[in-house]
Amino acid sequence: MKPIIRFKKFFRFFSAMPALGWLFGFLTAVIIEYLIGDNIAWMLGLPKIPALFGFLIMLKKPLLIPGASAYIIIVYLLPLTLTARFCSGTINKIAAKLYKLPTPVYTVLYLIFLYIIIDIWAGISDYRIVTIKLTFIAIILTLSLNVINGYMGEFSCSHTGFMALGAYTASTVTLILCANDKLFGEALLPSYLAPFLFPIALIAGGIIAAIGSLLVAIPSFRTRGDYLAIISLAFMFIVKSLIENLEVLGGARGMGSQPHLANLPTVFIWTALSIWIINNFVTSIIGKATNAVRDNETAANAMTVNTRKTKIVTFMFAAFWAGIAGGLFAHVLCYVNPGTFGIKKLAEIFTMVYFGGLNSVVGSIIGAISFNLASEALRPLELFKWIIIPVIMILIMIYKPTGLVAFKEFNIKKILAPKGDK
Amino acid sequence: MEYFLQNFINALQWGSFYALIALGYSMVYSILMLFNFAHGDIFMIGAYIGFCIASLFILLFGGAAPGWLVLILTIIVSMFLTSLLGVLIEKIGYRPLRNAPRASAAITGLMIGIILETSNIAIFGTKRIAFPQLVETVTYNISGVFITNKKIIIVAISLFLMAGLHFFIEKTKWGMAMRAMSYDFLTVPLMGISLNVIAPLTFAIGSALAAAAGILYGLAYPVLDPYMGILLGWKAFVAAILGGRGSILGAALAGFLLGFIEIFTAMIFPSTLRDLIAYSIILIILTVRPHGFFGKAHSSSLRL
Repeated sequence: MKPIIRFKKFFRFFSAMPALGWLFGFLTAVIIEYLIGDNIAWMLGLPKIPALFGFLIMLKKPLLIPGASAYIIIVYLLPLTLTARFCSGTINKIAAKLYKLPTPVYTVLYLIFLYIIIDIWAGISDYRIVTIKLTFIAIILTLSLNVINGYMGEFSCSHTGFMALGAYTASTVTLILCANDKLFGEALLPSYLAPFLFPIALIAGGIIAAIGSLLVAIPSFRTRGDYLAIISLAFMFIVKSLIENLEVLGGARGMGSQPHLANLPTVFIWTALSIWIINNFVTSIIGKATNAVRDNETAANAMTVNTRKTKIVTFMFAAFWAGIAGGLFAHVLCYVNPGTFGIKKLAEIFTMVYFGGLNSVVGSIIGAISFNLASEALRPLELFKWIIIPVIMILIMIYKPTGLVAFKEFNIKKILAPKGDK
Repeated sequence: MEYFLQNFINALQWGSFYALIALGYSMVYSILMLFNFAHGDIFMIGAYIGFCIASLFILLFGGAAPGWLVLILTIIVSMFLTSLLGVLIEKIGYRPLRNAPRASAAITGLMIGIILETSNIAIFGTKRIAFPQLVETVTYNISGVFITNKKIIIVAISLFLMAGLHFFIEKTKWGMAMRAMSYDFLTVPLMGISLNVIAPLTFAIGSALAAAAGILYGLAYPVLDPYMGILLGWKAFVAAILGGRGSILGAALAGFLLGFIEIFTAMIFPSTLRDLIAYSIILIILTVRPHGFFGKAHSSSLRL
């Protein structure tokens, strides 16, 4: 009994810590890593700073497990625990002061704080930067698919198709306007305009994806059931095959040399924007109408919800964000080919949505982050990664068919509120 | 004209693979109202099991047994083994999810498919494997149209299997139970027919047909690669939809139709456009006839 009580006592510090405290703890951790991480790693016998919390090193070289775990404890857990133990009171007071500001103001302050931490953390290696960018894009994708599969209760398989549309449209715009490349020749505009054009290119990609989604939505929302699943699957294959056959866009060889416009702050801002807008969408009137359509279409219709319009608007909205994610994806990797947007990618997005939880913004964020980190961390296992992840997924489907954090509302006020005695 | 007939025969062969796989999708759908997304990979595993069995037989008998006998034995044994795999998948993957949302079952199916693919790569590697040539190719020239004996064997065996399935479903007690179950899966268990018997049976039959398709595919195109399940499986899935969800006859006909569409588009247009045109035609057909050729309209409460 005694160890359990001690364990509980230990965690009581953490329960009293507000979100700000976690941020402070992580800030100290990443600053320690940034300043003396190399020395600590050298002292513990590690070749370099463990890129992904030591998982990669542990799986590659089992001999280094003690060193890697010691590194995690020293660099991450120790600052977190110390902050929780000694600074909770002060931080709670600061958090309470911040909490009195208008909600948008302190949310932005928190986001800036979060960004600083991520920037320092990712600054250690390029590998971390790419991983974190892809994770952010996965968050956008998961959220947008959750709007269809979770909030609307349909089963859409065309998300990679929308992604491909967005990726190719955005790439075409940026390649024509601001890059010298083989496909479209010289840049039309000077390169200093490129960062300002990038949002326009992304939005153009999103709009094309939304228009493409009409091709799926108009025929398939006449009837219910798994009809959408099939139409959207066919749509996905059509998009893929169309791009493979368009030699203008590089055909099956793909499209490369996109300018490096999707740097970390850009991706971060777009992700934060997507979370904000999608959360507002699903809590707005039309989002509630979407939920009503999912639960009982006839009743919703009787309650003056225009079901067809609601479904089409929601579907286009989700497709728009998938297009944006596709555009970002293309500019992060600086290369896309039609094969990327196949069944495998679709299965990944489904995994993230159904792992995190349906009908839940938090669930989608958790699902996207945990899936991405897990699949990166298990990379040394190579093939067996694709056995472990599906097995976990099947177990979750059996024991929690709607996902881990399903049907929870995302309330930024609640998350950022100060904790402790009132 | 000869060119057309030649392609007609090719399409018949190509369509018979789709038809055999689509039958599995359709049968599972008619009983459990869900799509077994792992079916394409069961087809692939069936082909690999066929490869192992055929190699084993060749090793055992050497040249003593005639090729057709080895082929038939291979088909029978691999159909049996693959049907065991189907039963196992039903038991592990789908039975715990019978009351869960159907989307969860769809995800489970996808995941089982990935597991099958990966384990296959783990055993055989990613490189392609040559399927043993059990039957010598003999080409008949009938007034300018070239027909190989393999094509005749493939079409004959698949038609035979489809006829057998039809006989099983229409004439036997088990088939009657299956039809009853697809008609109403709530009341029929009250009559003493357990869903826990009928569902594995359905999976077993579907998987066996997929295995047969896999071996016939190996006979026609003697290379096996681990991703062939994705390639053919999803198209066969679309064929099953096109025929009408849960309709056996529809699935078989739509499989052949899809084969014809693909071969004839490849005849007229460049072959890279094959997928594009095939799926576009399917999209148009489904827009006009949302429930496929032989499907019944579902009530609005049914959803994935």
